[in-house]
Amino acid sequence: MRGFLLNRLSQSLILLLIVSVIGFLVLNLLPGGPLAQFGLDPSMTQDDLERLKEQLGLNRPLLIQYFDWAWRLLQGDWGHSFRDGAPVLAVIGRHVPATLLLMGTSTAIAIAIGTWIGIRGATHRYSLFDYMATVGAMVALSIPTFWFGLVGIYIFSLQLGWLPAGNMYTIGDGSVLNYLHHLIMPSIVLSLVHVAIWSRYMRSATLDAIGQDFVKTARAKGLSERRVIMKHVVGNALLPMITLAGVQLPSILTGALVTETVFTWPGMGRLFLDSLGYSDYPVVMGLLMFSAILVILGNLIADIAVAIVDPRIRLG
Amino acid sequence: MTEHANTKSNYSRRDALRLMAIGGAAGLIAPNLLGKPAFAQNPPANPTGRVVVGLSQEPTKFNPLMPHIEVDDAVHFSLFDALFRMDPKGILQPNLAVELPSQKNGGISEDGLKWHIRLRDDVRWHDGKPFTAEDVKFTLELITNPKFQAWRTAGHSLVRDIKVVSPTELTWRMEEAFAPYLSFLAETFMVPKHILEKEADPNAAAFNQAPVGTGAFKWAQRVAGDHIELVANADYAGEGPYLERLVFKYIPDMTVLYTQFKSGDIDLVDQAYITADHYAEASTLSDRVVKLEPGASVESIYLNLEKPQFKDPAVRQALYAAIDRKAILEALYYGVHKPTETFMPQNSYYYNPNLPAQEFNLERAGQILDEAGWVPGADGIRAKDGVRLSFANSTTSGNHLREQTQQFLQQTFAEIGVEMTISNLPAAVMWGDFWLKSQFESAISGVTNVIAGDPDVSNRLHSKAIVAKGGKGSNTGQYSNPEVDALLDKGARTFDREARRAIYLRVQEIVRQDLPFLPLFASTNVFGRKQGLEGFEANSNTRVASWHAAGWHWKA
Repeated sequence: MRGFLLNRLSQSLILLLIVSVIGFLVLNLLPGGPLAQFGLDPSMTQDDLERLKEQLGLNRPLLIQYFDWAWRLLQGDWGHSFRDGAPVLAVIGRHVPATLLLMGTSTAIAIAIGTWIGIRGATHRYSLFDYMATVGAMVALSIPTFWFGLVGIYIFSLQLGWLPAGNMYTIGDGSVLNYLHHLIMPSIVLSLVHVAIWSRYMRSATLDAIGQDFVKTARAKGLSERRVIMKHVVGNALLPMITLAGVQLPSILTGALVTETVFTWPGMGRLFLDSLGYSDYPVVMGLLMFSAILVILGNLIADIAVAIVDPRIRLG
Repeated sequence: MTEHANTKSNYSRRDALRLMAIGGAAGLIAPNLLGKPAFAQNPPANPTGRVVVGLSQEPTKFNPLMPHIEVDDAVHFSLFDALFRMDPKGILQPNLAVELPSQKNGGISEDGLKWHIRLRDDVRWHDGKPFTAEDVKFTLELITNPKFQAWRTAGHSLVRDIKVVSPTELTWRMEEAFAPYLSFLAETFMVPKHILEKEADPNAAAFNQAPVGTGAFKWAQRVAGDHIELVANADYAGEGPYLERLVFKYIPDMTVLYTQFKSGDIDLVDQAYITADHYAEASTLSDRVVKLEPGASVESIYLNLEKPQFKDPAVRQALYAAIDRKAILEALYYGVHKPTETFMPQNSYYYNPNLPAQEFNLERAGQILDEAGWVPGADGIRAKDGVRLSFANSTTSGNHLREQTQQFLQQTFAEIGVEMTISNLPAAVMWGDFWLKSQFESAISGVTNVIAGDPDVSNRLHSKAIVAKGGKGSNTGQYSNPEVDALLDKGARTFDREARRAIYLRVQEIVRQDLPFLPLFASTNVFGRKQGLEGFEANSNTRVASWHAAGWHWKA
């Protein structure tokens, strides 16, 4: 186990290094840059722009800028946002709760419903339910989420007036009910795709398990069908799901890019889009590193979890 | 002066008393409106209610002296005050100063170099400390502090020897006479010395996240990525505020911005306003006031005058006559924008309304080219002295309306034997060196020519402002006319409003004649607010709709 962790750690560090170098290069080589937004502002003269460039350290060679950034990061200094001057970790910290709330809810919905649909589809294979679930999954996967979002807003907010047209809460009303009311539409819209993914995976994993010899044995022992499915089939079918959950874990914290924009949700996805739009290098780099670390952690947790659940797998 | 009676806000008690002396009846009829603007429809005695303003970008800069974008202005105007204020007619009014310094009242010396500013004595910072001349001195010095990441330094960099005469008086000397500085000061918000002087690094001051100003509203809180909340400043020295709370809500998608206006989540749409394609629908909404308000930017076809195709004025005149502006505006832009003949915003005090109107006339266009000796070659494209009348036009790729405009122009130009090719670039490339260093042949761009509402357009039209020729500025079309240069130099040194007006009216005449760029339209914004939100006034001499939230209130 210790060897496994050390091995993973060194792999992760190399991965982070690669991610940071590529991210930094791509960001800096894109035309524009953090001062481009002032390029058409008649107030700022060329001299003003040059002065700011120097003050922000953007006129130094790229290599020096990178090492400066990396060295500070190693010391725990993630830098300050160009946009609002706040420390990058504080900026990220401000946006994590909103994303956690939205993505946590939608992922919970997706796992619960997706798992149920998957199991039922597998146990009632080629039934009307199975066909509908399959078609539904295909539709949900092929239509972009933002489209569902806009249609949802049109129907439920503008036409019916049942649900708010976005935002996390009504300004001035911070009650739990108000949050829930606002959470309904975006979390359901976001979970659609995930329900589809989860149900497809769960269905095939369940089908795999159903065909196994130990299921036949369990049936031969005379166990009830319900017990066979719940105890023997599902338990085994959930194993690959752990890996899938590990892959999905980072997105709970990194957010949904487009959906957060459509629903005016102040989360991480929108922070990323905005920071990219303003070429807020420190924040974009911070977010890249943050997601890279989460991806690594997610996979690590999944690997360990699988090893704990499945005695056949040994780490090391 | 009666026209200024409704420019409110700057009424000190003294002014109010003077007004009463002139028309004593005012004091009898409405004593409770003392010092209040004549137009305010019975605002509440105490600040009540809340207005949620929708913005399509997020305000993030709260130190008003640091580089910021339009939406930040919306917050700054409510939190802070400047020495002067630009009113909706484009005329400067005193704000923190008791009067606008001029050569007539001795505030500015005859040579324009010595300035004397007198301040109000009843202004306090949000933390209760009095606002004094020391704060003004500190603010102006901070802007030119080489360590400080300042926004605009033009004008400020000419200021020398700031002397505090008394808490309400200060003087300084200018390195050269520079009249636009008055307007620039109307966008220079004062920051508190007693808070910022303690900071080792003004760029990272705590103040920048929780600002303290003298404005009508005080900082309450910011929910990053979502909204900014301000509360009424009960001790505000000027008119208002009448609202208890003012919220700036960030809505990143333009369609959603409109949707939330429609659903009632936001009370007023500020930058970047309602999109033109929603205008027709928005006008039919009940309980909403939707109005077209002129903006400051002018959309034009910029011609790179150093290219041989565009050196002949006849070519520019012919091209201008070959633009079917009416069709473009109505078919592509939903009839929202207005045609214009000048670079000056239509709500500017310096706007020239008497310029010859462009007429779409292909026959006339062809005739102009014929007379100038541009004759069609074998391929149908006109040429003269070996120069083919063919050029590329560039703009931001992905801007659908501009792309359609280009296709439209391409067709009408072809009819007079002119070939226009389309070569669009991503925004960051288009507006980088390609634009700034005049590497384009022709371009479509929306440009705000005036700075801080001041008519001085040297930055755009003076021959010293051509970067490609070693100058400094944004004269990217490389326009050069000695007469215009001389007028612009004179205008920048002239402080008298009427004398300046004459100068810039003439500049507009010459530029209309020379046609260094071909105006397509003056951009018009679709403003929207809820019915019952009173005291609202649009002011295209500022960059936002929320330039004066102090006067807003809900109908009782």
